[in-house]
Amino acid sequence: MSGWFERFRPYVMVAPAIIVFVLFFIYPIGYMIYLSFHEWDFISPEKQFVGLDNFSGLSEHPEFLKSLENTFVFTFFSVGITTVLALLLALWINRPTRFYGFVQGAVFSPHIISLVSIAMLWMWLMDPQYGLLNWGLELFGLPQSEWLASPETALYSIILVAIWKSIGFNTLIIIAGLQSIPPHLYEAAALDQSSRFTSFAKITFPMISPTLFFLIIMNLIGSFQVFETIDIMTQGGPLQSTNTLVYYIYEYGFRFFQLGYASSAGVILLIVLSILTVLYFFLMSRRVHYQ
Amino acid sequence: MAEIRFENVRKMFGEDTIIPDMNMTIKDGSFTVIVGPSGCGKSTTLRMIAGLETQTEGNIYIGDRLVNDVSPGKRNVSMVFQNYALYPTMTVKGNIEFGLKNRKVPKAERQKLIEEVADIVGLTPYLNKKPQKLSGGQRQRVALARAMVKKPDVFILDEPLSNLDAKLRQQMRSELVQLHAKLGTTFVYVTHDQVEAMSMGDEIVLLDQGEIMQMAPPLDLYNYPANRFTAQFIGTPPMNLVSVDQLPSAGFNEKAVEQIGFRPEKAKLRHFPGNDQFSMPCTILNRETLGSEIIYQLDTLAGRLFAKTFNEPVVDAEQLFVSVNNEDIYYFKENGRCIAPYLNRETPIKVRSTV
Repeated sequence: MSGWFERFRPYVMVAPAIIVFVLFFIYPIGYMIYLSFHEWDFISPEKQFVGLDNFSGLSEHPEFLKSLENTFVFTFFSVGITTVLALLLALWINRPTRFYGFVQGAVFSPHIISLVSIAMLWMWLMDPQYGLLNWGLELFGLPQSEWLASPETALYSIILVAIWKSIGFNTLIIIAGLQSIPPHLYEAAALDQSSRFTSFAKITFPMISPTLFFLIIMNLIGSFQVFETIDIMTQGGPLQSTNTLVYYIYEYGFRFFQLGYASSAGVILLIVLSILTVLYFFLMSRRVHYQ
Repeated sequence: MAEIRFENVRKMFGEDTIIPDMNMTIKDGSFTVIVGPSGCGKSTTLRMIAGLETQTEGNIYIGDRLVNDVSPGKRNVSMVFQNYALYPTMTVKGNIEFGLKNRKVPKAERQKLIEEVADIVGLTPYLNKKPQKLSGGQRQRVALARAMVKKPDVFILDEPLSNLDAKLRQQMRSELVQLHAKLGTTFVYVTHDQVEAMSMGDEIVLLDQGEIMQMAPPLDLYNYPANRFTAQFIGTPPMNLVSVDQLPSAGFNEKAVEQIGFRPEKAKLRHFPGNDQFSMPCTILNRETLGSEIIYQLDTLAGRLFAKTFNEPVVDAEQLFVSVNNEDIYYFKENGRCIAPYLNRETPIKVRSTV
């Protein structure tokens, strides 16, 4: 009796966590993959097996290809610009005075505001007729923009909002990285007649590169899943110009009730994110560990 | 090579004065040790020489050059930091080479200099390793090599041995002294450890609260302390001080004498009062037997005193007399200044009360 109990006790202990994990992570993913090979409209009792039809359908669907392209453009610009700006901002405001403390707080504040509120706010700001942005452009005699209303600029407007939202958090993490560099290194560099640029390139940058790498991967994963701002601000329009992968999945799954088809797009997203995650863990395990 | 001169240097951090007014000349080619208790301003002094701190007032000269407005990199000063401050992302070679590259030294010459220096400190097999793969002693050598390769006028070291274990510290101490002899460059070395100061320096600057208490060669500091602070800082255990009020039969020519002092190693423990100038009954409170030397803690009418004997059998008796030769007694004035021991007295000091 006791032998039996001893043998199974560890499994009983981890069971709650495993059950939750299987039920809410493994099962949905497995079910999504299962559905991606079927045709199903949510209601009919039968799921019809279609093999790879959904995937070949995706590859021929211009709307899907456009959403994929948009997702890559969005990710490239939002992650790239956020990282570079956050780095510059961090280098600038990483000073121990009260003023810079205030700036750090101010830059971080968008991070704690709900994304829905941010989307609404920027919709007002970007209104082509009455928005503050166009008013500002006019004030300085600059050409006005259609912002969200034009297929040319809509995606870039969404990118702008994404950068605004995430820059504070990124800056804060980079500042933490900068502060972990021992100040003696800069003194040694000063005695070595190192210019400010050399000190940055040879000391600061290599020392914070693990931090930057972490941020870039996290931002990439986040950007691939962009949804809220698009749903609220443009619903993928105008003319599919802001349709992204997750929004595409949402539309086909829950608007057009083509669940099998949407699932196959979900599988594509899963593959992209898996590659990024594996890349992250692979490179992190190989990165140099400093003392 | 160069001497270093401080001229009315004052350093304040905000409202706090760290160094009120410092004047000193560190001799060209000397191994000068700046020593003092923590917070005495020794590191600040060092960092002002390097240019990592700027003095609030006054002038600092390195050689004939006024360096007040010269940036650290252009002072031709090398520094070894307490925690080495090696660049963790560069190899040993990269660390040594960094300063040369910034100085635009041509590649062939750089290579030659690195090989030379690596050979001196014994780092040749480790040139392509990263610092975090090295032991504490090896890191220390990298820091030294990085400092040496620039062929500086002045070498400054900020407690460079404090992160090493006792054995390695002993070894590095003598290696540094030999290195100094080989290079002939001015060394300025900061430590809080009087043993390091006494064993390495040929000139010691003793600081307290930003003021130079005494600047002298090690043995002069030990034999002729200028004041109470020096007398008590140098030597273990510190010099015994007895207030003259506690010496009933003491008579002095010098009216201002407030305290007399003697080194524990000069005190003699006897079973009888003896004819020495200073003699006092005492009780042994504690014995520290360290091997070749024994330290006794004594209770006397004048308070707790220390005595230290070398290669003598342990004294077992509890009730004894502690006595000191006339020439081993130091006299301190009210302001703490030491009057040379050879100043004459009318009556010898004798205290013969029973405990």
